[in-house]
Order: sequence, then C-alpha cells, then structure tokens
Amino acid sequence: MLETVIQGVLLGGLYTLFALGQSLMFGVMRLTNTAQGDFIILGAFAVIAGVSVAGDGMVWGVALAVLPAAFAFGYALQRYVLNGTLGKDPLPSLVVTFGLSIVIQNLLLELFSADPRAIETGGLNTQGVALGDAISLGVLPLIVLAVALVATAALQWLFARTALGRSFRAVSDDREIAELMGLDAKKVYAFATAIAFVLIAIAGALQGMRTTVSPSDGPLLLLFAFEAVIIGGMGSFWGTLAGAMILGITQQIGFRLDPGWGIWFGHIVFLIVLVLRPQGLFPKTRG
Amino acid sequence: MSAPLLATQGLKAFYGDAQALFGIDFSLAPGELVAVIGANGAGKSTFLKSLTGLVRAPRDAVRFKGEPVGGLPPGEIVRRGLAMVPEGRRLFPSLSVEENLRMGATANRKGPWNLQRLYALFPILAEKRRQPGTSLSGGQQQMVALGRALMSNPEVLLCDELSLGLAPIVVREIYAAMPAITGEGMTVVIVEQDVTMARQVSQRIYCFQEGRVSLEGKSGDLTREQISQAYFGIEAAHA
Amino acid sequence: MTNMPPPLIAVERATAASRIALAVGIALVLIAASLPFWGESSWMREFVEIACYFIFAMMWNLLAGYGGMVSIGQQAFFGFGGYVMLMLGNFAGLNPFVAVPLGALAAGLIAVPVSFVAFRLSGGYFAIGTWVIAEVFRLSFANVSAVGGGSGTTLTALRGIEKVTRESTTYWMALACVVAAIALVYLFLRSKRGLALLAIRDNEVAAESQGIPVARMKLAVYGVAAFGAGLAGALYFVGNLRISPDAAFSVNWTAFAIFMVVIGGIGRIEGPLVGALIFWALNKFLSDYGTWYLLGLGLLAIVVTLFFKQGLWGYAQQRWGWSLFPTQRKLLRARPE
Repeated sequence: MLETVIQGVLLGGLYTLFALGQSLMFGVMRLTNTAQGDFIILGAFAVIAGVSVAGDGMVWGVALAVLPAAFAFGYALQRYVLNGTLGKDPLPSLVVTFGLSIVIQNLLLELFSADPRAIETGGLNTQGVALGDAISLGVLPLIVLAVALVATAALQWLFARTALGRSFRAVSDDREIAELMGLDAKKVYAFATAIAFVLIAIAGALQGMRTTVSPSDGPLLLLFAFEAVIIGGMGSFWGTLAGAMILGITQQIGFRLDPGWGIWFGHIVFLIVLVLRPQGLFPKTRG
Repeated sequence: MSAPLLATQGLKAFYGDAQALFGIDFSLAPGELVAVIGANGAGKSTFLKSLTGLVRAPRDAVRFKGEPVGGLPPGEIVRRGLAMVPEGRRLFPSLSVEENLRMGATANRKGPWNLQRLYALFPILAEKRRQPGTSLSGGQQQMVALGRALMSNPEVLLCDELSLGLAPIVVREIYAAMPAITGEGMTVVIVEQDVTMARQVSQRIYCFQEGRVSLEGKSGDLTREQISQAYFGIEAAHA
Repeated sequence: MTNMPPPLIAVERATAASRIALAVGIALVLIAASLPFWGESSWMREFVEIACYFIFAMMWNLLAGYGGMVSIGQQAFFGFGGYVMLMLGNFAGLNPFVAVPLGALAAGLIAVPVSFVAFRLSGGYFAIGTWVIAEVFRLSFANVSAVGGGSGTTLTALRGIEKVTRESTTYWMALACVVAAIALVYLFLRSKRGLALLAIRDNEVAAESQGIPVARMKLAVYGVAAFGAGLAGALYFVGNLRISPDAAFSVNWTAFAIFMVVIGGIGRIEGPLVGALIFWALNKFLSDYGTWYLLGLGLLAIVVTLFFKQGLWGYAQQRWGWSLFPTQRKLLRARPE
C-alpha cells in the first residue's frame, strides 16, 4: 500500500506540471485552454525533433532551448489570437482552443505519424533509487517531483512577491480599474500565457522522457490537468499540487485494484469531490 | 486668463445605443476644486469616465493641458497626469492595502506623493498595510482608493462619489484630507451627491441633469433654491 | 371596416421569405420521403448519417446558444442512447426502431443525475467537466462484457429483416427524427419558454429577479438536449448496426457539432442546418485528405470564431437580413394612413 501511495505522489508531481499552466491561465484571465494537453504533447515532439537534429547527447540542451521558444510562442498566441476570445462568453475561447487542439493533433500526425515516440535519456527513465528493501523509486519521477515542487513554489513566489505577480492579480480582480492604473491588460495576459507555456514545455519534455508520446495523447492529459485543478481548488498553486497528488494516488490505487479501472477511478473521485465540495479542497476564494 | 487645464466641449457619450451625455461644456483652471452634482443617472459618473478613457469620447471633445485626449486608453491618460478615484472604491480584493497603493504608482510619475506621505496623511492605513484591501471598513477603503489615485502623482484628480455609502462622520474625515491634497496645487474635481459638502469644499459647481449641464457658477454665489431647481430639473419660476 | 385607428406598433413574426421557405420545406420532405422508391441505397445511408450529425448539432446548439451552456460532453448522451437502444433490442427483444425513441428517453432521464454533478461548474470548466463525465460513460461501457467491452458488439435484433426494408425504414425513421427535431426546437424557441431562455442567457441574475425559474429551465434545456443527442445516437447505431465505446462516446461528435454550429452560427436555428450542409459537402469532397481535412476544419473554426463572431450564416443574416426560421418578433411601426 505504501508503494502505491508513493507511486501516486510521484505521478502527482507530473500531473502538477500538467496542471500549473492551466491554473495560471484560468486564474489570470478566466481562459480555459482545451488544448493544454495537446500543447504539452507538442512540446514533447518539439524536443524529439530537436534531438533528431542535434543528436542524442544533446537531450537536455534541446529541452532547455525549447523553453524560451515556448515563452515566445505563448506570448504571441495570447497577444494575437487568444486575447480576441476573452470576454463574458466562454464559447469563443473554447472553440478556438478546441480548434487548436485539432490542428495540433493532425499536424503532429502528418509530421510524425501515429507511432509512439520517446525522448532518449540514456536509460535515466529506468534507473531507480532504493528505499529500504522493498521499494525502488525511479530517478526520473523523482526529478519530475522536484521540478514540480520548484515550479509551484516559484509561481507562488512570483504571484505574491513580484510586480508582475501583482499585476496578474490586479488584472484578474478588475481589468477595468487595472487599466485605469496604467496596466496594459493585453500585455499582462500575454505574459501569463508565456509563463504557462514554459511550464507546458517542461511538462512535455519530462512526459516524453518518462514514457512514449503519440499525437493523440493530448486530451487525456488535459482531463488530468483539469481534475487536479478542480480537486485542489482554484486560486492556489499549492492547492493545484495537492489536487494533483490526490489524483495521482487515486489513480494508482485504482490501477492496483484492477488495471482497467485506474483512470476511471480517478474520474470518479474527481466527480465525488465536485459534488461534495465544488470549491475544491484547498480553495483560495477571492472577493 | 490662462488656458483651462482640463476642458470639454460638446461632449456626448453613449452606453451602447443609449445616450448618457448630450453635449457637456466644462472647464477647469489649475488649482481649482470644482464639484459636479446631480441626481442618480444624471451622467456625472459617465462624465468622469469619459475624461479618463473608460467611456469612449470623440478626440477633440476632451482637452487636457491643451491636447486632445478624448478616446485615449486609460493608461495613457493616467500617464499624462489625470487620475480618478472610481465610484464604489473598487479596490483589488487579491491585493493588500499597500499593494493596492503601489498599483497606483504603475504610471511612474514624479511628484510629492509616495507611500510615506500617504501613511502620514492616513495613519490607519499604515497599521493595516498588509491586510487585504477589501477587509477594511468603507471609510478606510475610501482612503486607500484616494491614496491609490494620489500615488500616480496626477495634476488633476477626479473623485467619483467619495461619500457613497459612508456615514457622515466618516465623510468629514475623508474630506478633512482635502486641504493636504489641494495644498500642493493639485486640481480636483469631485462628483458628489452630498450637496452641502460639495458647496463647502468647492469653489465652483456644475449641476448635471439628465445628461446636460443645468447650472454652473461659483459655490458661494448660487442659492439653495437655484441648486435644487437645477438638480431636479424643475423650471425656475420667474418673479 | 372598424372605426378604431390602426395600432401604431405591430408585432410581426414571419417574413414573406419564411412563408415560402415553409412551403418549400414541406415539399422537400414529401419528395425525400419517396426516396426509397427511386433512389440508391447509398444515398439513404448517407442521409441517415447526416441526419444524426444534424440532430446532434442542433441540440448542442440549443444547449450552448440558447441555454448558455457550452458542453464538450454531449457525446455521453449520444452513446448512451445508442447503447440503450442496442440493449433493448438485443436483450429485451424489442423492435430496434421502437427502441430508438426509448434510447432517447433514457438519455434524457440520465441527464438529470448527471446535471446534478455537471451544474457544479460553469463556463469553461463546465465544458471540460462534461467531457470527464463522457469519459466515465465510455470507460464504464468499455468494461461491461455483456455489450462486448472495449471492442463493442453488433445489433443482432435486426438480423431477420430484409436489407431493403431495413434500410428504407431506417431512412424514414431518420427523416421523421429530423423533422421532429426541427419542429421541437422551433416551437420551443418561439414559445414563452424560449424567450425566458434568451433572458437567462443574456443575464441570469436579472432573469431570476423577474421570476424566471432559472435552475429549472437550465435543467429542462439540458434534458431536452440530452434527449436529442440520445435520439441521434440511437438512430446512428440502428443505421450502423455495430457499436463500440470509442465510436459511441468519441469527443469527435461534439467537435463536429461545434464546427457545424460555429460555421453556421450559434444561437440561430438555420445555423446548424447550414453548418451541417457545409460540413457534409466538405466531408464528401475532402475527407480523403484525412489529417489535412481535419486540420483545415480546425483552422476554419478558429478563423470564423475570431473574425465572424456570428458564424457565416449569422454574418449573412446581419448583412442581408436573411431569415428562414423567424423566432424574433420584429417591432414595426405601422405606416400612418
């Protein structure tokens, strides 16, 4: 049982990275990015493509190089496409991001075919660290967990202690008055998405290292990200992390009981949390 | 007579298809404190919003320091030195008192107002600086909103209904800070429902009625009768 | 000749163009009904498929455009209707054609407990939440071996019937469903309830303060949309004869509905109709291009959403005042004598 929980926690680290970008975008501008999972997969394939050009030894270099590209891409996407969909009606942003999801999946299919691919890390994904006699923790999952913790703390710090974070909170509270103060909401939104896309790229690279990825994997990752955010409660990054952990543990328990029901079990727990405590387990409600 | 610091000419404003302002002529000289009074729906807030760019206005209809500024984005107008304390305070709930004040300084203008001076003017805010902005009482929130606007070191300060929802004693406390603000040469426009307070603090009054200026004159010269007639739109009886 | 002066304001409902359209529509239905006697069976099969797309899209449109609820999970009811129809046919010995409306009914009923969960969310998160629920449906049915588990099963109840009879009956059933669905939505939106729905969509709080029972109306729309989705699903699998969880609960159904409605225009009745026709045409001529076709659809949806906010049909309505199904009441000033 302990091993199941530990595996769940490690999985939760990965889900945290899936979810942080979503949490950020929704928190700042109430935008639901239904292409979240597909962008993660796109990030993984970007690294794969980069490695095929630069060579197998350059994996980490390529992964790092993708990050600023992701930042710029996210900024431009928000500035020139998604900003136009913001407003009271959720439909435009949903349709546009949904359309992007379809475009990405099919583009990847065309470029890479449907075969699953992986990012070669020279065996890192099979290395383990022994914990006592019975339990072995994967090195890569531990790295993922560490990255998740650092990312969550960094985001929390950014929001609470920096001028940029303050402008995120202000613009999310009251866009009109924030603009009255002199903020350019369009640029602030673009920065938020840019940061979200860096997180997406990190998540994609790690996902591609830990397992195989194929072009149609996106939607399931979106659902995991979304569930983590809802279970944890909106408005708090540590809440998202907690939600991701709970989801990971729940899935692992489900897999233990019956391999066919793992993901189903996670969905069910999510729905139960939604019914019993719709605001999530650790919400930071705002006025 | 020097050119007005802020002036509008024939200013019209619309909310969608509904017209709210029907041609407002207004002028403001440096150092003045002018009050705009009128009943609910008279167009006072719309007027201030047109000045600050929150409501669309034709380019030439609003002139600030001689430049046409109608229709410019609010950020640009605040950078030029025109700031507003919005109706209903509208503090940022996710920000602390101090963070709310800091937001006002986004425009980065030089001037006498900074956090220390504000805390000296409103000591209670220094005490509560780390609390969420909206956890304060109404009067204290008004102080924060006022301070937030001052942090941008404007040349013209617009105050939209400072007294809204506040007890009279609190209102007096807020207005007691006015001399400190105008003492530095700040030009101020206040929109007020409290006519008595408006007459007390201002040098000139504009009265709005259904989107038009129904009366204008020096606060000392206008009689109560004139004001209430202009306020309610009753035709003045000629003796 | 009365002595009363003519009213200064009259409320006009139907334009001359729409009256003609109604007559044309009836004529088309009659012609279409005769198709099995002179047309090829492939046409009938295609019609059934288009009918399913159209009904599903129209119901999605009702939910999103009029109910104000954007759902990415309507396929849950589509598949549920299909599976219930199949189970009634295969296990309860019911005539599958009778089981179609029953499947729809089942979908409408299960929408009630589902709404209890889904309505906890709103906006974009409601959309994804409904997707999760659809996934639960899919995974659940994939684990029930009685209906073939993950690989699905066949509709055996129609085995004994002659192919020609089966295809004609399916076709007529589809035609009837299309007409019924259009009539249902059209009459619903013209009624007082329809106006109430618009009020809710525009401003929920204000509508509530006017005494409109918002929660009940939202549930009603959700139920009707689920019923319609279930109808489309049951019909589809009566035509297809084979069902599987991946086909029944695929999110592509909603994706296609979104395309049809977005291109045709959300919130307008003709929108899904125009969208379905355009979609069918695109499908016919371009689906051979597989991924590029889908990619193109995605880009088209993005472009239309960004630049033609009312959809292409909505754009035409604004630009040239076209309207086939008038649900608006135009306020006219009568010309003084």
